[in-house]
Amino acid sequence: MTKDKILRVEQLSVTFTGGTKPVRAVDNVDLDVARGEVLALLGESGSGKSVTLRSILRLHNEKRTRIDGRIIADGTDVTLLDGDALSRFRGKTVSMVFQEPMLALDPVYTVGRQINEAIRRHESVSQDTARTRALHLFERVRIPSPERRLDSYPHEMSGGMRQRAMIALALACSPKVLLADEPTTALDATVQVQILLLLRDLQRELGLSMIFVTHDIGVAVEVADRVAVMYAGRIVELGPVRDVLRTPRHPYTVGLLSTRAHGGRLSGNRLPTIPGSPPDLTNLPAGCAFAPRCSSVTESCRTKAPEARAVGAGHTVRCILQHPTVGPK
Amino acid sequence: MSTPILEVVDLIKHFPLATGLLGRAGSAVRAVDGVSFAVQERETLGIVGESGCGKSTTARLLMQLIVPTSGAIRYQGQTVGTKALPLKEFRRQVQMVFQDSYASLNPRLTVEDSIAFAPTVHGVSGDQAVRKARALLDRVGLEPARFAGRYPHELSGGQRQRVNIARALAVEPRVLLLDEAVSALDKSVEAQVLNLLLDLKDEMGLTYLFISHDLEVVRFMSTQVLVMYLGRIAEVGPTEALYTASRHPYTTALLGSLLSMDPDNRRTQAPLAGDPPNPIDPPPGCRFHTRCAYAEPVCSTREPDLGGVGLAHAAACHMAHPGTGHSRAAGRVA
Repeated sequence: MTKDKILRVEQLSVTFTGGTKPVRAVDNVDLDVARGEVLALLGESGSGKSVTLRSILRLHNEKRTRIDGRIIADGTDVTLLDGDALSRFRGKTVSMVFQEPMLALDPVYTVGRQINEAIRRHESVSQDTARTRALHLFERVRIPSPERRLDSYPHEMSGGMRQRAMIALALACSPKVLLADEPTTALDATVQVQILLLLRDLQRELGLSMIFVTHDIGVAVEVADRVAVMYAGRIVELGPVRDVLRTPRHPYTVGLLSTRAHGGRLSGNRLPTIPGSPPDLTNLPAGCAFAPRCSSVTESCRTKAPEARAVGAGHTVRCILQHPTVGPK
Repeated sequence: MSTPILEVVDLIKHFPLATGLLGRAGSAVRAVDGVSFAVQERETLGIVGESGCGKSTTARLLMQLIVPTSGAIRYQGQTVGTKALPLKEFRRQVQMVFQDSYASLNPRLTVEDSIAFAPTVHGVSGDQAVRKARALLDRVGLEPARFAGRYPHELSGGQRQRVNIARALAVEPRVLLLDEAVSALDKSVEAQVLNLLLDLKDEMGLTYLFISHDLEVVRFMSTQVLVMYLGRIAEVGPTEALYTASRHPYTTALLGSLLSMDPDNRRTQAPLAGDPPNPIDPPPGCRFHTRCAYAEPVCSTREPDLGGVGLAHAAACHMAHPGTGHSRAAGRVA
C-alpha cells in the first residue's frame, strides 16, 4: 500500500523561531499522495496549508525554522537532503507553481531563458535541445504563438499567460510531484477556469501527483481526488472529495460549506456563519483549536485535542462528535 | 420612477500614458469609457467585472478621489461639485469602504479616534463624536470597552473591516460604496461581514454600491447588477433576471466560469479563451468581439449600446436588439 505513495508526510511540525515567541504553524500533520493522485489542502489564512507545502521543498529559512517529522518523496527523506542533493531534488522530483507568477518569475530574463536554465541545470543537454523542449512545454500549456512567446519577458504577458508559463517552467524537468500554491487565486474568473482545466488535463496526461493548496472549496472540488481541511496548523478532516463535500464531519468543514454564498438568496436571508475569527497561532487554546468557535463544543474539547479517527473509507476527522453532521446540501 | 439617489451620466476617465522621447501623444488607458447608470434609494447595485474593467475606477470617480475626464455625477438630482451640492456635503452623504482594511486606517490613531475624526470635520463636538464612535463600534459587533483604544495592527482583518464600516457610517451617509470590501477576508469571516452589511442596510435605510469580482457574493448582496467589460457596461439588470437569463455573451461566460461545487459534474470547458484585452488599445466595435463566440462582422465595426435609457434589463450587444444587422439579432424588444 505504501509502495504506490509517491509522497508521505509523517508527523510534520513546523515552528518558526525568528520572532519573539515561537510560532507552531504546522502541528503533527500526516499526509500521503499516491501516484497520479490530486490532494487539495484547504484552509483559511494561517491554517498552515502553504507552510506544509513549502516544507516539502524545504523553502523555509533554515535558521529560523524548526522542522520535525519526516517527508519522504519518491523514496528520499527530504528533511535529510542538503546542498547539491537538495538542488537536484527541487524541480526534478518535486516542483512548484506559485500564486503570483509575476513574483515567482525573474523579471530580467525572458521566460524561455528561465526554462532553458532549469532544464540545463538538471540535465546535460544543448541549448538547442533545451529550447526545443521549452517550445514543446509552451505548446503543452497552450500558450498561443509559443515560438514568439518564449522570447517574452514576464511583464509582457497577461496574468493568465504568465501562470501558463510558470506551469511550463515547473514541468520543465518532468517532476513526479507538482505542488501548487493557490495557482488561480490571483486570476480573473474566466481565466481561473482555464488554468484549472489545464492543470487537470496535464495532471491526467502526465500521470502527475499533485498537492493543491487553496482557500476556495470550489477550486478543491474542481481538481482534487481527496481533500485535507486544515485549521490552526492541524488537519481536522481528510477524505475523498465527495465524502467531505456531502457528509462533512468536522464542525469547521460544515461551517465552511454553509457560509459560502452559493446560488440565489431569498431577500432578507442571512448567511449561516462561523462566529469569531481564526485563532492566533502564538496563543492557541489547550484543546481543540476550533473549540472557541464551535457550536457543539463540550468540556473535554477545551482540555484535550482530539485524535484523528476514521469515520468512513479513507475519511478521518479530528473531532469527538459521534453523530454525523449533515451538510448544507 | 422617482429621482435616483445616485446617477452617473456618460462618465469617462482616460489615464494619459507617460510619453517617452518619441512618445505617442494621445495614447491613454481608457479605464472608464462612457458609463451611465442610476441607483434608486435603498437598492444595492452590484458591479462585477474582471481586472481592468473599470469597476474600481468608477468607484473612485464617484467619490471624486480622481477627477473624471468628462461626465457628471448627480446625487438626488443635483450635480456634485456645484453650489447646490458642494463636494464636502456630497462626501457626508456618500462614503466608501476599501478593500485593504489596514491601509485605509491611520496606524497611529486608535480605532475610536479614527471613527470619531470625520464627524468633527463636519462640525460635531469632540465629546459627541467619541460617544458616537463607541455606539458604532458596538453596532458593528466590536465591544467598545475592549476595542475602542486599540490600534489597527492589534485587530484581525475582519475586525478592521468592521472598524472601516463604522467609520464610513460615522457621518450618517445615505450611500455606501463598498469596493471589494470583503474580498481580502477569509470565507468564514466574510459571511459575518456580509450579514452585518445587510443588517445595517435594513436598519439605516442605506443604499449600497457593491463592487466585487466575486459573482456569488454579488448575487447574494445585490438587487441590481451591472456587468462591466473594458471600461464599458456590458449588461445591467435585476439580479435574478441577470443571473438566470443573461443577455450579453460576456455575462453568460462569466456565469459559466463559476465553479461547479459538484465533483461529479465538474467544469469540462472554459467558456472563454485568453485574458481580457488591454484597455490601452481596446478592440474597435464591440469590445468583447475578440473573445465572443457569436461575433459577426457588424460586431467589429459598430459599437453596440445598451439600447435606450431607463430599461430595467439591458445588454450592450447587437444580438439583444432588433435590426442591428447581426444574424441572431433579437426580434424581441429588449
